[in-house]
Amino acid sequence: MENYWNQEIECMSRDEMKKLQSERLVAQVKHVWDHVPYYRQKMEEKGVTPDDIKSINDLHKLPFLQKSDLRDAYPYGLLAKPLSECVRIHSTSGTTGKRVVAFYTQNDIDMWEECCARAITAAGGTKEDVCQVCYGYGLFTGGAGLDGGAHKVGCLTLPMSSGNTDRQIQFMLDLKSTIICCTPSYAAYIGEAFKEMGYKPEDNCLKAGIFGAEPWTEEMRKEIEKALGIKAYDIYGLTETSGPGVAFECSEQTGMHINEDNFIAEIIDPDTGEVLPEGSKGELVFTSITKEAFPLLRYRTRDICVLSREKCSCGRTLVKMAKPMGRSDDMLIIRGVNVFPSQIETVLIAQGYPPNYQIEIDRVNNVDTFDIYVEMTTEQFSDTVKAVQKRESELVNAIKTVLGINPKVHLVSPKTIARSEGKAVRVIDKRKLV
Amino acid sequence: MASDKNIRQLSVFIENKTGKLSTVLKLIGHNKIDIRAMNIADTNDFGILRLILSDTESALSILKDNEYAVAITDVIAICVDDTPGGLAGALSVLDAEGISVEYMYASLSDKGDAANVVIRVDDNEKAAEALMAKNYRLITDADL
Repeated sequence: MENYWNQEIECMSRDEMKKLQSERLVAQVKHVWDHVPYYRQKMEEKGVTPDDIKSINDLHKLPFLQKSDLRDAYPYGLLAKPLSECVRIHSTSGTTGKRVVAFYTQNDIDMWEECCARAITAAGGTKEDVCQVCYGYGLFTGGAGLDGGAHKVGCLTLPMSSGNTDRQIQFMLDLKSTIICCTPSYAAYIGEAFKEMGYKPEDNCLKAGIFGAEPWTEEMRKEIEKALGIKAYDIYGLTETSGPGVAFECSEQTGMHINEDNFIAEIIDPDTGEVLPEGSKGELVFTSITKEAFPLLRYRTRDICVLSREKCSCGRTLVKMAKPMGRSDDMLIIRGVNVFPSQIETVLIAQGYPPNYQIEIDRVNNVDTFDIYVEMTTEQFSDTVKAVQKRESELVNAIKTVLGINPKVHLVSPKTIARSEGKAVRVIDKRKLV
Repeated sequence: MASDKNIRQLSVFIENKTGKLSTVLKLIGHNKIDIRAMNIADTNDFGILRLILSDTESALSILKDNEYAVAITDVIAICVDDTPGGLAGALSVLDAEGISVEYMYASLSDKGDAANVVIRVDDNEKAAEALMAKNYRLITDADL
């Protein structure tokens, strides 16, 4: 029996949804035209006025917005409400450059928390649940988003924030947490620590986990599910549009339903900007049609993925996005080949190595070097050099098959690659290309 | 499982970095475990430290607790005369049986007239039988 937080919206017919989206889009375009000079100028440059936008079919006429726009407009340039109407600020981690700040009115917070409440409900959460939020609290949106969603659902909420893993596990057991929310790399870390403390998956009361904020693989999902004895649900979002909850997974787990009443999704060709037909792989673009303080029109996420309108067994009609293959910011070009770190992670798990690794890229005599540091485990170890090197070369070959380029693998001592409690640092790019 | 003709060898993964080997050896020493024989196989990136110890079980659990990748292997150990050709004689017994040697290492025995040799072969049982048939003395865990 599927539970919905907002059945009317989540199961709305396609026609009704398009009508709702169109109304909201038209109003949103007027709102930014009137209140954000930065947008007005961008639209004027493209020769578009609010009169040209009559429905969702006119969406493609609007200019794109990129991360660089958000940086250029920092801090107030995209603000569409007076600061006196704003109640909250969140900020990106700033890992790819200057920070971006996003503003929220109370309505914006309510909408965002509703999106997270839908995600928690889809993962089986009800007011009977104890929800342990070990996403970071603070400027990062992870903690606040899931915390707000859990409150809305009525869960007993444990605002743990990230870190202090021993205490996380102690509270999880003592207070019988049933749902855990964090980054997938931290979930894997907690699972590992749980096992090392001598516990078995059935020793905890957890039933579900909601993990997001960084790319993760199906293999990693299986690892986490096994280690903690839970069903692991994916959640998607970005600070620029609100935070986690832009899209969420249902029990079918074949993609994440996008909260289309708030966010219109498009897939474009990242090179030409052209909108691609349904089912094509391309860059995900979002238009937030209900955000008041910080509305984004056609924001390019850099996430590469596919949208699907196939009927979902959960009954929701919201369009589904596949797990992003990676962000184009995360995408590395090594020796001319596109490499997503998640591809390496998939191979490591399949070959029996821990998904804790570090990639180091450098350029020596105009050739890219590609080194992967992988932790040795007792399971992969042997007393003979021949056996260890055989497994090492199997790993190298498997990575080469997937990526098309040859890495140099270095086996390092177990547990020596830094564990992360937030977003994992997987890539060290020493090339000075700019 | 170790039969009474084998001894247990503990192998440890050692990253090729300064101080990694001594850290393991200190850990074993601090726990009052004696090293009876040892050997290191090295490659560019890593080494495999192989140890015959006075207390393999304790060393295994201590190293695991300290996050080392370890392996336990049954090997055979024999006592050969410390005279020219002493070891060659033992190896020719294995050759005659078609048993191949993966690696081996030796240590002098405290008696001075004999050497202890640890041999890793593909078939411990067969090697032990062949050597015993030629009156070689096998060293077992009990001798440690």
